[in-house]
Amino acid sequence: MTAQVRIPTVLRNYTGGAKDVTVEGSTVGEVFEALDAAHPGIRGRLVDEQNTLRRFVNVYVDNEDVRFADGLGTPVADRAQVSIIPSVAGG
Amino acid sequence: MSASTTTLVPSESPAGAVRPGAFGNAAALACRECGARQPLGALFACLDCFGPLEVVYADEIVLSREQIAAGPHNIWRYQPLLPVPVDVASFPSTEPGMTRLVRADNLARELGIRTLWVKDDSNNPTHSFKDRVVAVALTAARELGFRVLACPSTGNLAGATAAAAARAGIRSVVLVPKDLEPQKVLTTAVYGGTLVCVDGTYDDVNRLAIEIAGEQADWAFVNVNVRPYYSEGSKTLAFEVAEQLGWRLPEQVVVPVASGSQLTKIDKGFGELGCLGLVEPTPCRVFGAQATGCSPVATAFAAGHDVVRPVRPDTIAKSLAIGDPADGPYVLDITRRTGGAVESVSDEEIRAGIALLARTEGIFGETAGGVTIATLKKLVDGGRLDPDAETVVFNTGDGLKTLDAVADAVGPTATIAASYDAFVSAGLL
Repeated sequence: MTAQVRIPTVLRNYTGGAKDVTVEGSTVGEVFEALDAAHPGIRGRLVDEQNTLRRFVNVYVDNEDVRFADGLGTPVADRAQVSIIPSVAGG
Repeated sequence: MSASTTTLVPSESPAGAVRPGAFGNAAALACRECGARQPLGALFACLDCFGPLEVVYADEIVLSREQIAAGPHNIWRYQPLLPVPVDVASFPSTEPGMTRLVRADNLARELGIRTLWVKDDSNNPTHSFKDRVVAVALTAARELGFRVLACPSTGNLAGATAAAAARAGIRSVVLVPKDLEPQKVLTTAVYGGTLVCVDGTYDDVNRLAIEIAGEQADWAFVNVNVRPYYSEGSKTLAFEVAEQLGWRLPEQVVVPVASGSQLTKIDKGFGELGCLGLVEPTPCRVFGAQATGCSPVATAFAAGHDVVRPVRPDTIAKSLAIGDPADGPYVLDITRRTGGAVESVSDEEIRAGIALLARTEGIFGETAGGVTIATLKKLVDGGRLDPDAETVVFNTGDGLKTLDAVADAVGPTATIAASYDAFVSAGLL
């Protein structure tokens, strides 16, 4: 499975400035592992020591918030878009 | 006021270096999760852990009640406690604040409360508390060299942003959910900026705004990339309440919760006044109010959780319809620390709350006001709010923007011919 990952501005220092990165993975967790293999250190910004998403990180697979699905276990279909977005809500 | 006196050099902005004193007594941005500090600039998420950033101030602030009283009759009287320059009042803004604090004896009597006040922020220039936060965000945007003032909004922020940009003579770009109340669409569009209705919920709109903010280097999204400054504006609600009470803190407050920012900043504001010796640092129990149709924080409070699970909103209180409230965990912290609570009320209770406030005090609040009043009633009825303690509730918006909420419930008493006989026959004496 190939997924396109949208990288937020604050993490682009890990990706050499790239906004979009293509990696392999069939779940969000696998996508993050592959992302970290290509860009070491980035996973630690997204996932804590208990292997759960940090509470101010929102992740969407094709516009679905993974917290409404299975978190890091959420399936990622071939050519899906995975968006990483800081949690900021203003009203 | 902060733990450190370190003053960091402001970071680069879209226009280059920031002028000295651009942010007044603000010293840095600090992560509320891990404590890491960043220089003052256009940052909103911690570079280490993605946590939200908050403005921290120099330790050596000295401010008296007299200095404040001699200031302008708007939020800029509290300039030393905001991330704004000393000459902030010389720039065009909507000059919000110093809204009335209404002693609500009729409502208090009806609910069985001894002393109750309503902080009525529908008196602001665009009829909601959002004028406060936008004024501070506009200042930050100007000082950082942004050229466009933008926001995602549940409605009130939309009008406040469009009006502030018009006053400042810059472009505004406002994103709202397409099912927003027509009154809020019109009262934004009239200011002439760019208004975009998005097919989605507020959380979808917010996500889009975050993505645009990441790509448009000279756009200031007031509640995204200048959010640390913006949110500080809500402290002025606390400052005004304390000043209007004769420089003391209330014993209890009931605050509507959308993102949760306002509640956390009211608590912070009271704390700062105590630290500066402007009031006695007496305890204040903080209560949060949500609509049951969007109550992720109230649900987490009731369950004893520290983490707020997002929900998909379904409520008439659209201005509070944030399913993924960024400050939710901090609302839980504050309400638990102070002995308060977070409660939610149904849409029917919200409508009744709007009517109750209007009937007893002559204040027509919007749906968020209905949430707050209905929650106040629920807390009193349930014995969780002390009826003998002085209480302040916040009406943060104007009922004229959410007319649909009451359209089916209120109307003329009678329609008659223009004669005295008809008046009598209709039983109107």
